[in-house]
Amino acid sequence: MAISQLNRRNFLLSAVATTGALTLGISLTGCSQDSVRPGKNSETQTFNAFISIASDDTVIIQVPCSEMGQGVFTALPMILAEELDADWEKVTAETASADKAYHYRVGWDDQATGGSYAIAGWYAALRQIGAAAREMLTEAAAEKWGVPVAECKTNKAVVSHPASGRSLGYGALVGDASKRPIPENPILKSVDDFQIIGQPKPRKDTAAKVDGSAIFGIDVKLPDMLIATVKTSPTFGGSVKDYNADAALAMPGVRMVVPVPAGVVVIADSFWQAHKAIDALNIIFDPGPHAELSSDKISETLQMGLDEKGLVAHEKGKVHDALKDTNNEILTAVYDTPYLAHACMEPMTCTADVRDDFCHILAPTQFPTNVQRVGAEITGLPLEKVKVDVTFLGGGFGRRFEMDFIEQAILASKAASRPIKLIWSREEDMAHDFYRPISRIRYRAAFDGKTGQALALECRLASPSILARVEKLPMDKVDRVMVEGLSDQPYGFSNARVDFIRKDLGVPVGWWRSVGNSQNGFIRESFIDELAHMRSEDPYQFRRRLLVAEKRHLGVLDLVAEKAGWNDPLAKGHYRGIAVVMSFRSYVAEVAEISVQEDGSVKIHKITCAVDCGTVVNPGIVEAQVISAVIYGLTAAVDGEITIQNGAVEQSNFHDYPALKFGELPDIEVHILKSAEPPTGIGEPGLPPAAPAVANAIFAATGKRIRSLPFSKHGLTIV
Amino acid sequence: MISLTINDKSYEVDVDPETPLLWVIRDHIGFTGTKFGCGVGECGACTVHLDGAPVRSCSLQVSDAQKGAITTIEGLSPDASHPVQKAWVAEDVPQCGYCQSGMIMATAALLAENPHPTDAEIDDSITNICRCGTYPRIRKAIHLAAGNKGEI
Ligand code: FES
Ligand code: FES
Repeated sequence: MAISQLNRRNFLLSAVATTGALTLGISLTGCSQDSVRPGKNSETQTFNAFISIASDDTVIIQVPCSEMGQGVFTALPMILAEELDADWEKVTAETASADKAYHYRVGWDDQATGGSYAIAGWYAALRQIGAAAREMLTEAAAEKWGVPVAECKTNKAVVSHPASGRSLGYGALVGDASKRPIPENPILKSVDDFQIIGQPKPRKDTAAKVDGSAIFGIDVKLPDMLIATVKTSPTFGGSVKDYNADAALAMPGVRMVVPVPAGVVVIADSFWQAHKAIDALNIIFDPGPHAELSSDKISETLQMGLDEKGLVAHEKGKVHDALKDTNNEILTAVYDTPYLAHACMEPMTCTADVRDDFCHILAPTQFPTNVQRVGAEITGLPLEKVKVDVTFLGGGFGRRFEMDFIEQAILASKAASRPIKLIWSREEDMAHDFYRPISRIRYRAAFDGKTGQALALECRLASPSILARVEKLPMDKVDRVMVEGLSDQPYGFSNARVDFIRKDLGVPVGWWRSVGNSQNGFIRESFIDELAHMRSEDPYQFRRRLLVAEKRHLGVLDLVAEKAGWNDPLAKGHYRGIAVVMSFRSYVAEVAEISVQEDGSVKIHKITCAVDCGTVVNPGIVEAQVISAVIYGLTAAVDGEITIQNGAVEQSNFHDYPALKFGELPDIEVHILKSAEPPTGIGEPGLPPAAPAVANAIFAATGKRIRSLPFSKHGLTIV
Repeated sequence: MISLTINDKSYEVDVDPETPLLWVIRDHIGFTGTKFGCGVGECGACTVHLDGAPVRSCSLQVSDAQKGAITTIEGLSPDASHPVQKAWVAEDVPQCGYCQSGMIMATAALLAENPHPTDAEIDDSITNICRCGTYPRIRKAIHLAAGNKGEI
């Protein structure tokens, strides 16, 4: 992509020199962006929407994605700094405020963090932006010295002219450079010349996260700010009938009671006062249309769905003939996966300051430009009067894509006419998530018993739809995210078909780390394992055989088999399981090694992972993300389950929706395949293979096939 | 009025004596490094030291914290130079970072009592939750801070 396509407005032509508080003059939407910038002592000049350069050559890079643990605060600046030839030790990162300048240039016209898209979506564009700025800086120096540009070099934020021994730091050149025309086709580095990309650079946010100074949503402070908390109808679809505002207002520190959709916000001087007052309100809810909903009823609905007519999500050839032919080897299995909560470590929080003529929102959000739109909608202000700053996120996992907590904070501030920081209790967070959809799948497969040819694979999926809410998906359209991992399954069956049977159940569902792949990966890879067993073939070799045309699948499969010693003898009582899933265009294979104790409990000794995510920007972060995803996936697989009774969620906190801790965790080893392909996702793809690798190992050990999650349902405990 | 000693400084706060120490530290004193994760003693994000011992400040009434010396992450060292903080930097532990103040405070208390913990002792004593799954790097960082040679 040429820089001219990168939208010329992003390159601010007048460098704004400021002293004291750093001001980034990127006012594309007219909103001022100065109030939350950290104070800087050195004089800093803005180069463009992404780059400011201080007089000491420090480069400040605006990060267009939200840092929620996945490392964008480090990896995205690495890409830009590489082409800019910045001095990495003197690169500072800041999370960009909501602005059109920070929309992806390809694939997604928004400022949003999700779908494992940050690196994949920004890689090419940030290289272009960095390279263009480097050329402009070089030209500025060459002009000053009256020498040909070609004779100048850049290194560590310095332009030099070796022939004459002259050099100037970027800080001295930024003013002139930013006035120069933007190069149409800046020359990118050859990958062999990379000095930053590909290195395990330490994270730029580590220092602030070890001394308590990192600002998360819950830590925001504004002058005159009050603190609020909320309680909404425990029953989905319920509403508030009545409450005793006077009882709450009589309590110390309580300032205001504000009705919000399906609930009530209490505003007080401190969280604890608000929290106590919520109980005193004695809210009476109308339970609404789902008062009778229960997990049992939901199971029945999904079970019936499996025999209903659905929408064809994928069809290749005709599966029915092979499935009916009694000469074939046929296998049928039904799988279940539960609702899951995100349980981000930081409960939902948002600070809003709504005034007559502006609105300022400070939020740990994955979707800043949508926060801006929601702010404009609720306040009636034009978009450019709504400023959105993004704090660090105490976990995201898809939950912080949503707007519910943002809306509540805006409504509360609007009512109070002063800044309000809204903090949810953990109980509210657990009861009002947008859960991973529950699902039930029936798989059928047919093999030619003699030749072993994979003749047919049929998959029927009954589940709610995420896109029903997010995109108002009509009933006659397949929810493409619900069938990911199924309709694009890679195994070489001659005939294949996937049906989607949509069941809207009243429980809100949304984006949960790796989305459809999380449950579909488990189900598909478990069923493939069943087929290998039916065929009496080694599960690894069986996959190889059916993936013969899938080079990148084979790449990670072979690597993981080698690193886990798939063909080596195991310690006595140890067993292995294997799984491979492509998601977000990255390929991950995992081998689990387990043993079963005398009391029947399972010890997961080790998970070996092989990853192909294309070009690697930061291998240290890739490793951390794969481990993170494995642990997140295992936590869910072991005992993660949200159940419904009387239309409400039964779980309330970490005692009944637990997380794996030290002592329950296997060793996790990550091997990265060397690849020159464009970079693809890494925040999520490590997750889908983890549960099936372990479940397949449990089958190898016990002969017990786990067809529903979590493991705890089957009386399995993990030690 | 409740009198507290936090990070070697005395504070007087006018709060309901039943208020959890966590919220007094965060909302009244203004140290926000100590985090709220569950409010019921399950996650450890709110861990501070009371006379050197780790306590979950969400589950301790402020009136019960009056007599002791309280240390929060901000007071662990003036410049992130505590050996545990240095080890955390060396291993580049944090992801989202939200649990890390609690993890660091729990580890600092463990090492003060048991300078060379084994893996099993770490498993038993660090019961904090990290939803990002930074446990493996935390374990490495604990051994590094302890000066343990190799895995134990
Ligand atoms: S917030 Fe105190 S233990 Fe979770
Ligand atoms: S680093 Fe995110 S919860 Fe631990």
